[in-house]
Amino acid sequence: MINDTIAAISSGLTESGIGIIRISGSQSYEVIDRIFRTKKGNHVDLSEPNKVHYGFIVTCSGANNNSSSDKTTIDKNVSRETLDEVLVINMKAPHTYTGEDTIEIDCHGGVLMMKRILEAVTDAGARPAEPGEFTKRAFLNGRIDLSQAEAVIDLITAKNDNAIKASVSQLRGSVSDKIKEIRAKIINDTAFIEAALDDPENYSLDGFADTLRCNVEAVKNEIQDLIKSYKRGKLIREGINTVILGRPNAGKSSLLNAVLGEERAIVTKIPGTTRDTISESVSIGNVTLNLMDTAGIRRTEDEVEKIGIDRALKSAENADLILCVVDMSEALTDEDRELFKLVGEYNAKPLIIFNKSDLAQVVDINEAVSLLPKDKRSYIVISAKNEYGIDELYNYIDSMFTSGEIDYNDQLVISSVRHVALLKSAHASLSGVIESIDNNMPEDMYTIDLMDAYRALGEICGEEVGEDLINEIFSKFCMGK
Amino acid sequence: MGKFIEEYFDIVVVGAGHAGCEAALACARMGLKTVVFTVSVDSIAMMPCNPNIGGSSKGHLVCELDALGGEMGKNIDKAFIQTKMLNVSKGPAVHSLRAQADKQEYVRQMRHTMENTPGLTIKQAEAAEIIVETVKEGDKEIKRVTGVKTVSGALYHCKKAVLCTGVYLKAKCIYGETSEYTGPNGLKAADHLTESLINIGLPVRRFKTGTPARVDGRTVDFSKMEEQKGDDNIRPFSFSNEPEDIMREQVSCYLTYTNEETHRIIRENIDRSPLYSGVIKGVGPRYCPSIEDKVVKFPDKERHQIFVEPEGLYTNELYLSGMSSSMPEDVQYSMIHSMKGFENASIVRNAYAIEYDCIDATCLKATLETKEISGLYTGGQINGSSGYEEAAVQGFMAGVNAGLSVLGKDEIVLHRSDAYIGVLIDDLVTKESTEPYRMMTSRAEYRLLLRQDNADLRLRDIGHRIGLVSDEDYDRFLEKKEQIKKEINRVRTKTAGANARVNEFLRDHGSSELTDGHGVTFANLIKRPELDYEMLAAIDDDRPELSWRVREQVNIQIKYEGYIDKQLQQVGHFKKLEGKLLPDDINYMNIDGLRLEARQKLDKIRPANIGQAGRVSGVSPADISVLLVYLERYKSEKNK
Repeated sequence: MINDTIAAISSGLTESGIGIIRISGSQSYEVIDRIFRTKKGNHVDLSEPNKVHYGFIVTCSGANNNSSSDKTTIDKNVSRETLDEVLVINMKAPHTYTGEDTIEIDCHGGVLMMKRILEAVTDAGARPAEPGEFTKRAFLNGRIDLSQAEAVIDLITAKNDNAIKASVSQLRGSVSDKIKEIRAKIINDTAFIEAALDDPENYSLDGFADTLRCNVEAVKNEIQDLIKSYKRGKLIREGINTVILGRPNAGKSSLLNAVLGEERAIVTKIPGTTRDTISESVSIGNVTLNLMDTAGIRRTEDEVEKIGIDRALKSAENADLILCVVDMSEALTDEDRELFKLVGEYNAKPLIIFNKSDLAQVVDINEAVSLLPKDKRSYIVISAKNEYGIDELYNYIDSMFTSGEIDYNDQLVISSVRHVALLKSAHASLSGVIESIDNNMPEDMYTIDLMDAYRALGEICGEEVGEDLINEIFSKFCMGK
Repeated sequence: MGKFIEEYFDIVVVGAGHAGCEAALACARMGLKTVVFTVSVDSIAMMPCNPNIGGSSKGHLVCELDALGGEMGKNIDKAFIQTKMLNVSKGPAVHSLRAQADKQEYVRQMRHTMENTPGLTIKQAEAAEIIVETVKEGDKEIKRVTGVKTVSGALYHCKKAVLCTGVYLKAKCIYGETSEYTGPNGLKAADHLTESLINIGLPVRRFKTGTPARVDGRTVDFSKMEEQKGDDNIRPFSFSNEPEDIMREQVSCYLTYTNEETHRIIRENIDRSPLYSGVIKGVGPRYCPSIEDKVVKFPDKERHQIFVEPEGLYTNELYLSGMSSSMPEDVQYSMIHSMKGFENASIVRNAYAIEYDCIDATCLKATLETKEISGLYTGGQINGSSGYEEAAVQGFMAGVNAGLSVLGKDEIVLHRSDAYIGVLIDDLVTKESTEPYRMMTSRAEYRLLLRQDNADLRLRDIGHRIGLVSDEDYDRFLEKKEQIKKEINRVRTKTAGANARVNEFLRDHGSSELTDGHGVTFANLIKRPELDYEMLAAIDDDRPELSWRVREQVNIQIKYEGYIDKQLQQVGHFKKLEGKLLPDDINYMNIDGLRLEARQKLDKIRPANIGQAGRVSGVSPADISVLLVYLERYKSEKNK
């Protein structure tokens, strides 16, 4: 690939003030146009080069459609999410670093945000750049002096070695097994079609379109699951957002301190001491928790405290895990009940923590638990003050994650932008197959998209196509005169 | 001296099989003084295996060859006794024409054409030695061919030589414990040339193929088999012929099956198969496995199809397609007698495997000239291919390029995006094949563009330019091209209104009716899955009268436009890489950024361009990046 459009985070994957994402190639302007909007949601006029434009990066679902269908107008009926407020600089070939049309997006420097923007860019039609590719293009387009050629070669080889190692290490064995399994299914169907095309008097394709549709739909779902796991992959890398909720003075801050092993939150006996959310990261077993201690939830007239409570509830709404702290030395209050009702409605998995087991138990555990929906009734008894039950809490959280209870499956997680882009491309190709079947196209058309999907998946585990199809045909089907 | 015959030719062609005939005819027709050697004049264009031409992807090769000005299509149009279009229920890209031939007639017709081609000399003789001289060209020494010596010592001086030795080099036929050192059908093997090939530095290796038994038609019961008739609509292979020119009565083929009993016989005697006992050392094709291979490798298959095909109109011999074997004679009898309709069959010729010497085609340029010896070209099974059609197109390309080079003109390389011929040759010279290579439609990545029906649109210009397509044929072609263009334009601009007549037509064909007042273009209607160009004639009043070939093109080009455009884009990308030429004198072993495996492979294959380099097995995309950078630096340094 020399002339397709590539993109990469060029400011490095570190937390910094400004992140830069660079796009280079003949389609750069089309790509940015799909995801760059003014505050009002309008397209931005980029016709004049070398200007800085202010606007927003929005997500672009369904744009990277490689199928044979006509280009879908992506602006219609697509729900878009605004990612970041950015500056976009547009440059025209040949007066750029690479010598090609180039777009630079200056965004906020969080690693997560840069990755999400890069993902939007690749969804919009760019391909994640290979290591050293910008420099290579700069050289090939005569933008870099010849004396640097050697350095470019070194860059490509060195970076490739590392990238291959990095890329493979990003792939858990189970993921690469899964992708191989999917590829095997695709090549098997393709080989059957090709065998039948080559030896039609021996193999018939009558009725195969229906079988293929089922197979392809199933494979598409498996790929979709992997794409979804990219989100879960983010959970492991960036931590699971965990919110500690509870009535004031239930011991939320004590819990935080017990988990962190330090006095991070101010603990007093005065209810409402924590008025804002406090967040800290802690590693528990295989997972990282981004713990957020929050203001206790109660009816209050205190304006500052009210804001704190609103924030607490808002965090809980977007959290992955809610630790719901109940003071077991007291009877349930209406505030507890109301809180439980709210927690039951959130997406996040709750874990009820009955705190203060060092005191006499008053609370009716059964009543408390039954306030939550049936699938959300996990609880644990601890004493934050004596650090009793904290280890058990760790184990419990760890097992919740590894068992997949918190919408996270350790077995199959995609974690790299490049991998997810390839998965999406394979998914789009398979949609092309379904479309061809729906349009009653002849069978030989299916294999074009099938092989595209096979190729894209192969790139994830570093496998090329080569003679795979021919070998599959001969190993599975008895061909010839 | 003076004791030996000594003659002067422009071109020497060794072998007069399907490759040799095409090579010799092409050269002679280009006005070059040409001699062709054969071990037996009676075996010119002989079909020693299956009695048919074409079939999946091979039909494409024949049509392409015809578009370029080759002979095979015209010859089979004269000699066929049944024709059939395969895959008609599938897309146009995989429609494939296949014709059963009267083998004797095929040979007779080709021999007639050869004998009556001016400038072509036919000589029954076995070539024994390639004469090569070393000359200085600038500061380099190059080896080049100057002549071919026969077994009798006769010396034929030439400017270029084309080797089309088929399966005759050190040929050995084997069945059971019996080995005979002959070519196919008991013809004399060519035992001398291999040594000369090794001496001049060509990589020689040994391949194997095989053929089934032939049985006496009087001894089989056709009523127990399924009859396989030809198509009612005859379609010629040659673009120079119209269906009405070649109409004739067709004969039937028959279908029977092996069964559990057949498989039991094979399994019980498998230790007597030379394939499994180790007698056969050559590598056989996976595409044409012997019946014993099929039974061993696919034990779950309860039966295998056997097509029973007549060998000609004036013989009772029947070819048993699917029964290729090298089992001992007695096992062959038992196997055949176990099949329905063959209980009392008598075998006329036994099945046999044949081993032969050939070369590793990665020693060739894409022009089919050897990299080692200037002026020496090879085509056909000597290059490790299998099949008449694969042989014919290589013989043709080798002959044409040898001829063009004598004439001082640019040689021709067809790319993978131009023709199946391009795919075939690129695969042979780039990928290290370990078995006889057979063309398959899945090998062509741009097959939607490489259709049988548009072979002339792709290649006629080239055929005319090299002088192998007559002005008359070419004018007809240009007219056809113009008509296609005009008609596509017309259906793209003409609209069908949302009126009662149109909507009734659409309703009748299960197509959604028009509601928009502006109507839609006919092109858009053609694209609907349930409609096509022919059907729309009913509501297309001012449609001009056009030939079937033109109508077919209009339909296909419009109907599959979306897919075709997508492939054209891919081709655009492909061509860019093919355009980046790699100089001859690159020392791959010294390019530091390349991995060792890539260096060795590139050094061996010495690809002509970046695209080809990328197809060499063991060369990664990262290696290609390094090569691109290296190439830029190389160019700049040369320019200094």
